[in-house]
Amino acid sequence: MDYHWMREFADSWALLAMALFFVGTVAFAFRPGSGKQADEAARIPLKDD
Amino acid sequence: MKFGTEIVALGLFAFVALVAAGFGVDEPFRQHMWVLFFLLLGFVIVLLRNTSFAPAASVDPSAYMDGPIRYGAIATMFWGVVGMLVGVVIALQLAYPDLNIEPWFNFGRLRPLHTSGVVFAFGGNALICTSMYVVQRTSRARLFGDNLGWFVFWGYQLFIVMAATGYLLGITESREYAEPEWYVDIWLTIVWVAYLVLFLGTILKRKEPHIYVANWFYLSFIVTIAMLHLINNLSMPASLLGSKSYSAFSGVQDALTQWWYGHNAVGFFLTAGFLGMMYYFVPKQANRPVYSYRLSIIHFWAIIFLYIWAGPHHLHYTALPDWAQTLGMVFSIMLWMPSWGGMINGLMTLSGAWDKLRTDPIIRMMVMAIAFYGMSTFEGPMMSIKAVNSLSHYTDWTIGHVHSGALGWVGMISFGAIYYMVPKLWNRERLYSLRLVTWHFWLATLGIVVYAAVMWVSGIMQGLMWREYDEQGFLVYSFAETVAAMHPYYVMRAVGGAMYLAGAVIMTWNITMTILGYQREEEPMPASIPSLQPAQ
Repeated sequence: MDYHWMREFADSWALLAMALFFVGTVAFAFRPGSGKQADEAARIPLKDD
Repeated sequence: MKFGTEIVALGLFAFVALVAAGFGVDEPFRQHMWVLFFLLLGFVIVLLRNTSFAPAASVDPSAYMDGPIRYGAIATMFWGVVGMLVGVVIALQLAYPDLNIEPWFNFGRLRPLHTSGVVFAFGGNALICTSMYVVQRTSRARLFGDNLGWFVFWGYQLFIVMAATGYLLGITESREYAEPEWYVDIWLTIVWVAYLVLFLGTILKRKEPHIYVANWFYLSFIVTIAMLHLINNLSMPASLLGSKSYSAFSGVQDALTQWWYGHNAVGFFLTAGFLGMMYYFVPKQANRPVYSYRLSIIHFWAIIFLYIWAGPHHLHYTALPDWAQTLGMVFSIMLWMPSWGGMINGLMTLSGAWDKLRTDPIIRMMVMAIAFYGMSTFEGPMMSIKAVNSLSHYTDWTIGHVHSGALGWVGMISFGAIYYMVPKLWNRERLYSLRLVTWHFWLATLGIVVYAAVMWVSGIMQGLMWREYDEQGFLVYSFAETVAAMHPYYVMRAVGGAMYLAGAVIMTWNITMTILGYQREEEPMPASIPSLQPAQ
């Protein structure tokens, strides 16, 4: 595991994995039916003192 | 016995400090250990005077634990005024070098006292106390661990005092925003792990099924600061009884580690943590849910994924490999999107309630904070572009940028949160005076505008003077000439800072009177009830 190996790993598989994870979070946030849940979650601070 | 364990532990700890004061290998270390010894002795005496042998009263496990939060709110104000006062002092030292008082109060020692004072003492206390407030109320659970909250509060104050006195004694690792030496770093690590356990433990025992987004931001702040602190401070002490240590890294690796730390301290301490504050206190003060909860989730993940790579923009045109500099620049520019997404989300929370800007000075303060968040997160990526950076780097422009973020965003959102929390924490009907909040708002806003505008002019002038060549290729100005040219701007900058400090002093008065239970008799703010229009 030298510098070049890590460099290659970082800008190939690691980059791909992180990009996919990020796209996944966006897709999850906008999945069908999430709007109602999000509205409920947004009201958590207003529920009590 | 109340405080039994604490008294024994602190007594032992004080004894260790006394031994270290006797056997320390260098003079600053011995002095520092005397400071620690007397601090701990003071703690022990206070605890001994407050101990009792009566059986402990049972606590209601469903009630919120607000004691450390009350102390934290007071500590935030105290350290805020101290840190800003030191800032005005060093601003004056730059304008009038005679104000440097050797050896303890010269610029080199006071400057880290100012930065750590405002970032870690003021900002840190604001983050710790608001996070304890928010996590309990959005989880509907009492803080985890009986006295863990108290340990985190007092442990953090001990860290602040040890860091501050160390700087004045000349003890420093010379790493920006991470100046405390190895033994103070170890203490902060212990306190920080306790803080993480406190926060995570409270989330794990929550009664609310969903973890509200403010807690995500607070948690990312706690976890990332733990990681940054540990790696950036990897060092080998020269002696176990001495104040000197050597970094585990050398050369450009050391520089990159330092700025990976430094920029993410900005990203996760001064941004993510305070965004947690924004996502709770703005909806509360406006009494409206956040504009788009789904946008807040994307804001969170985008900040997490992008910020961590932006650090190399602090090392443009250095020995750092070119690809790493470009990487830092590109990620900084990509940060425009989540930053402005978050700003829009915060501002639009007020849509349909914009009249509150006229009637509620606390909302006004929070909106100004979000506006400065937008402005400084626009300016930052712009300055990270290599061509711009070649002009702005090492000049006062950077200082102006930092202060528009720190005074405008971090300061104003913390003031707003404290103004909101204090009447609730002490069960007061309202603040002592809303008119004084208006005074604070205008003094702070005008102070920031003066400060930032003056530093733009000064910084760009300085950068242009440094790169001015004559027709034969010689530099036109000597360094001392650029310093002399900046004198009027240094004076104006001190005025801007003093205005901001004056606002904080007014706030301290207002908060103190609120805590003491007074209400100022004053004309109420204009009512928000719209006047009825007759049908036409």
